[in-house]
Amino acid sequence: MEFSQLRSQFPALTQSLGDYSLVYLDTAATSQKPQGVIDAMSRYYQADNANVHRAAHHLSARATSQYEAVRDKVKAFIKANRREEIIFTHGTTEGINLVALGLASQLKAGDLILLDSAAHHANIVPWQMLAKQTGAEILPIPLTPEARLDQAAYQALLQRGPRVVALSHVSNVLGTVNPVKEMIAQAKAVGALTLIDGAQAIAHLEVDVQALDCDFYLFSGHKMYGPTGIGILYGRYAALDKLDPLLTGGEMIKQVSFEGTTFNILPNRLEAGTPPIAEVIGLGATIDFIQSLPRAELRAHEQALLNRLQDELRALGGISLYGAHQDNIGAVAFNLTGEHHQDVGILLDQQGIAVRCGHHCAMPLMQTLGLSGCCRASLGVYSNDEDVDRFILALKSVKDLLL
Amino acid sequence: MSNSQLSPSTEAFTGLMLDPQEILPSFTQAANWQERYRALMLLGKRLPPLDDALRQESAQVRGCESNAWLYHKEIDGRHYYLADSDARIVKGLIALLLTAVQGQDEQTIAALDLHEYFDQLGLSGQLSPSRTNGVLALAEAIKAAANQPS
Repeated sequence: MEFSQLRSQFPALTQSLGDYSLVYLDTAATSQKPQGVIDAMSRYYQADNANVHRAAHHLSARATSQYEAVRDKVKAFIKANRREEIIFTHGTTEGINLVALGLASQLKAGDLILLDSAAHHANIVPWQMLAKQTGAEILPIPLTPEARLDQAAYQALLQRGPRVVALSHVSNVLGTVNPVKEMIAQAKAVGALTLIDGAQAIAHLEVDVQALDCDFYLFSGHKMYGPTGIGILYGRYAALDKLDPLLTGGEMIKQVSFEGTTFNILPNRLEAGTPPIAEVIGLGATIDFIQSLPRAELRAHEQALLNRLQDELRALGGISLYGAHQDNIGAVAFNLTGEHHQDVGILLDQQGIAVRCGHHCAMPLMQTLGLSGCCRASLGVYSNDEDVDRFILALKSVKDLLL
Repeated sequence: MSNSQLSPSTEAFTGLMLDPQEILPSFTQAANWQERYRALMLLGKRLPPLDDALRQESAQVRGCESNAWLYHKEIDGRHYYLADSDARIVKGLIALLLTAVQGQDEQTIAALDLHEYFDQLGLSGQLSPSRTNGVLALAEAIKAAANQPS
C-alpha cells in the first residue's frame, strides 16, 4: 500500500501556516481526523439527531441502533468477550477515574497500588485520590537508566502483594513500549487487578484484550483518528460489575424512589447521563477506517519512519534524546542540548512544524529524567518522509538561530 | 510579589533602561521572522539575569510553560520592573513588554494595548492565551502591579 495517499483523507493536513505548509508531528496529543469520521458525525446531526435509549420515536431508534452498533464494533476491534464489557466514556482520563474511584469499597488501608512511574498524570492522580480515600499506598515502579520500567524492581514490588497494578501500554512522552502481557501475567499470579492505559497504543498496535488478559484497558477516540470526547473503558465483566458507579443519573438507573435507588446492569450502569452520541458514531467510523488499512504493513511503515526520525535526530548533533529505542512506538522525545524546550517549540512553529513541548502531563517522569520539559515529535498514519525531512531542516535552522 | 522578603535594590529597578526608539526599529524593519526572533533574543540579553536568591516562588508568574519571575517597584508615581525567564524567547518578549512600560505612569500602562503592540512588531502569535506561552499572564501581572500600591 502507498501510505502517502492516506494523507489526502485528512483535510486538516492540507493547510498552510503563513509561508509554510503544515507539518503535523503532534499525533500523540491528538490525531487529525479523516473525512469519513467527520462525515459520519455530520450525518448523525443532519439526519438522525435524537437521544438514545429513551424515546419511542423513529429518530431515537435510529440513533440508538447506530450507537449500540458501535459497541459491537469496539468489542470486535479489541476482541472483548462480551459487548457489556465495553463502556463508553469521555476519554481515557474519565475511564481511569471511573475504575480507580470505583474500587474505593474494595480497597482498605495498607493495600498497595503499583504504578508506572513514566505514566502521565491521568494514570497517577486518580490512584492518589483512591489512596487518600482508602488509606491504600502507592508504589511507583522505577525506571532503568534506559528509561524502561525496571522489571527486577517490579518483581520485587510484586512480592509485596499489591492489589492493583496500573501501567501504560506505550509511554506518552518517550514512546517506549512496556511488556504488558508478561507484566499482567505476573501481576495476576499475585492476585492483583491490572489496568492498562492504551491511549498511545491503540492507533498503532492490534490490541487483543483477551490475549493480554488484563482486567481493564482504556483508550481515547481522538488519539486514533476519531473525535474528542469519546473513550473506551474495557473491563473484564466480573471486574467491571464490581465497580461502584462514579457518576449517577440517566440510563444507569433502574428504579428510583425516595426510599432508595437500584442501578441498571452493565454496560448502562457505568454510562450516566446522555452519552456523547455523535462522538460514539464518529468512533465507529474511525474503527472502520483503521480496519480498512493493512495493519501489519502499516505498523512496519510507521516503525521505519520513527526509526528514521530517531536516526536523523542523532545525525543532526547537539540533540539530547530520551529513552529512544528501536522498538519504540509513535514518538520521540528530545531537547536541543542546553536550550529551553519552549524556545525550540516556538521556533519550529514559526516554520509550520507542530510538535509538543513541555512536561507532557508526566511531571514525575520529567523529574526522573532531570528535565523541566522536552519536545516530542509524534507520528500517525498520515506521516511521511517529507514530514521528517521538513522537521529536521526546520530544527537545523532553529539550531542556527539559537547558537 | 510585594510581600516577598527579598527584593532587588531600587538602583536595579531604575538602572534598567529600555529605549523604545532604539529598540523597536529592529523589529519593524526585520526582513523575515528569523531576523525578528534574533532581535528578540538579543533584546532578552539586556535583561540582567536575576540572582538565584531572587528566583523565588513568590515572584513567579503562573501560567508560563517556562519559568518567569517578575518584580515591581513604584517610585514617585512611576512603575519599574525587573523580570527574568529561563527560556530565551519568553525573556525577549518580557523585555519587549518592559520596553513599553518601564518608568511609565499607571494610566499609560493601563492604556497599553498589548495585542496591537505585538501585532505591529510582527509577533502577534506570541500573545495567544495558550498555556505553552505565559506572555499574556506576564502582561496581566505587569498591568496588575501598576494598579496596586506596592
